[in-house]
Amino acid sequence: MFRDTLALCRKDLRVEWMTRITSLQVVPFAVVIVVLFGFALGPDPKQLRPAAPGVFWLAVLFSCILGVQRSMSVEMSDGAIDGLRLAGFDPAGIFLGKLLALVGELVGLEVLLSILTAVIFGVTLASFWLLVAATLLATVGLVAVGLLYGVLLASSRVRETLLPLLFFPVISPVLIAGTKVWQAALDRHVSTGIGWLELLGVFGAIYVAIGIVSFGPLLEDA
Amino acid sequence: MSSVTLFPMSKVDRIQRALGFVALIGLLATVGFGLVWTPPDQFMGNLVRLIYIHPPLAWVGFIAYGMNFLTSLAYLWPRTRDLRWDQLAGASAEVGVLFTGLVLVTGSIWGRPAWGTWWTWDPLLTTTALLFVLYLGYLALRRVPDDPKLRARRSAIAALIAFIDVPVVYFAVLWWKSLHQAPTVLNPLTHKTYIHGSMAWTLLLGFVAFTATYAWMLMIRYRLGADEQQARVADVVLALHERQEEGR
Amino acid sequence: MSQAIELCRAVAFAGSFPLLAGVDLSIGSGEVVLIEGANGAGKTSLLRVLAGLIPVATGSIQVLGYDLLVERRSVRTEVGLVGHQSFLYEDLTAHENLQFWMRRPAVQVIEAALERVGITGRIARTPVARLSTGQRRRAVLALLVARSPRLWLLDEPHAGLDTEGRELLDGLITEAQRSGATVLISSHEIDHVSSFATRTVSMSGGRINSSDGGNSTEDVHDVS
Repeated sequence: MFRDTLALCRKDLRVEWMTRITSLQVVPFAVVIVVLFGFALGPDPKQLRPAAPGVFWLAVLFSCILGVQRSMSVEMSDGAIDGLRLAGFDPAGIFLGKLLALVGELVGLEVLLSILTAVIFGVTLASFWLLVAATLLATVGLVAVGLLYGVLLASSRVRETLLPLLFFPVISPVLIAGTKVWQAALDRHVSTGIGWLELLGVFGAIYVAIGIVSFGPLLEDA
Repeated sequence: MSSVTLFPMSKVDRIQRALGFVALIGLLATVGFGLVWTPPDQFMGNLVRLIYIHPPLAWVGFIAYGMNFLTSLAYLWPRTRDLRWDQLAGASAEVGVLFTGLVLVTGSIWGRPAWGTWWTWDPLLTTTALLFVLYLGYLALRRVPDDPKLRARRSAIAALIAFIDVPVVYFAVLWWKSLHQAPTVLNPLTHKTYIHGSMAWTLLLGFVAFTATYAWMLMIRYRLGADEQQARVADVVLALHERQEEGR
Repeated sequence: MSQAIELCRAVAFAGSFPLLAGVDLSIGSGEVVLIEGANGAGKTSLLRVLAGLIPVATGSIQVLGYDLLVERRSVRTEVGLVGHQSFLYEDLTAHENLQFWMRRPAVQVIEAALERVGITGRIARTPVARLSTGQRRRAVLALLVARSPRLWLLDEPHAGLDTEGRELLDGLITEAQRSGATVLISSHEIDHVSSFATRTVSMSGGRINSSDGGNSTEDVHDVS
């Protein structure tokens, strides 16, 4: 399973390296969202500052759904998903490999985006390790749910429209918790942040577990 | 097909009719008692009468989703795998979404005069709204046409994903609110509302009546689905013959 | 001669559409079988069923000793399917694709296979998306060469290949047969393929119509 995880992860990162879709399309898109929120909320720093965590996480959510769509379309093009079945890859390995690769890509995006948000929303990034832990845990949960629904809808022609409807309600706890940890971190209330970290961890663990168990049966459907 | 062999049709019809009858009488009685027999509340006035339908509606929503979860599990479990569980799950989710919608509407109607606002970010309210959207998505997924077995497996896993999310959402919203120190909303159930004997009985009647209504609707929807399934089986047999005819 | 493939009244569906409407077929190991039939006769579906990609609903099916009703997954790694889809990642090079699909074998294995099909130098280092149809097909064949499966399932393999490519393919099929592999070829180029096939099977309406040559224990059954 770990060999397959590594193989899939390496392959997905290689595809990203060759196409630069995430770095040249999704990252700029996230930047645009943050700037647009800036316009919508007005130039008053007193209003911008408390909104910064929420804006950051919304931009991450939208980027995540693009990332999931992209990650699935790589497998759907020219029957690669059948190829994976024929080559005997372990389904849990496929899930974990794609999860790792996408989490990696998104973490890169989040680093850039957090700096940008801090700059244009006028906040100082404080409690560094709390931010890092929250971002990692939240991203794992988001990507796990996204990939689960992605493969659930892999074979259907309505993937683009149905995925957001299924994805966003389920990950709403991540949005709440992610925003809260960020607020706590920026206000240097580290202790309040820890509870939210636990929630993010539980969420991620639940959906990674469901993914490992159910990716096999779902892949057979695709 | 198999439902025909399990129970003779007439018996099922009789059960369904009896259920429908109980539900109708119960609902009528709840309306009558709720509007006439019970007194208005000292503080809430006539508004308190919503209490006879709002909690029962919410209750039905919960048992509907619980049923959806259990039947989905039953489908995923290899030993009990049967397409009828899947149909039951779909039927229950449909009824659940309907009742959750009604819960939100009645809650809003209550909230406006009682709290002065149509909507408040109360944990229970917010969770209910999310529940509604979650299962709307589930129903949309069920509508995507595919092979019945594949669709059943996919739907069952989606039901699992949605159901497990509910407590996480609830706790997230609960903590989210508690950190905000928002003005506490007067909960009319616990606050100064004296439940008279007649009120308690009417509320109990409401629970029974709405549960019967749920069972009745579930049964109708399930049997409709079973009929569709039967028609599909007949279609498949026909298609197989046509396919073989091509070869002649 | 042991049987590589044994199907009895196999029925397979896509949704409620019957892809296979009761197929009886048995093929011994080492045979090269041509499957012919009009478009929509069920040739592609038959190959995908044999590869363990599509489940059989009723009937029985044994491929390379595996009962596909019980386990469809084990057989997959032992068959080589060349279909209308290439199963290649368009953004990766042929070399990288082989590396991934072969799960990182020795570099020499990949290079030998690519050289065998004439993909060398710059072409091997170009993303598959920029290759021509024929070159892609050669890359797929290279994967087959490198994996050397026991059962080759070729779905219209000559389409899109130039003369040289066709000769290459014919050579690969002969080599495979000599090494003991079983080969099924669905094709519309009946004259060409039947020149080296050990027998011909004709399909229509999701069933086998007739079969000549070889050990034809199966034939037309009327499914009532």
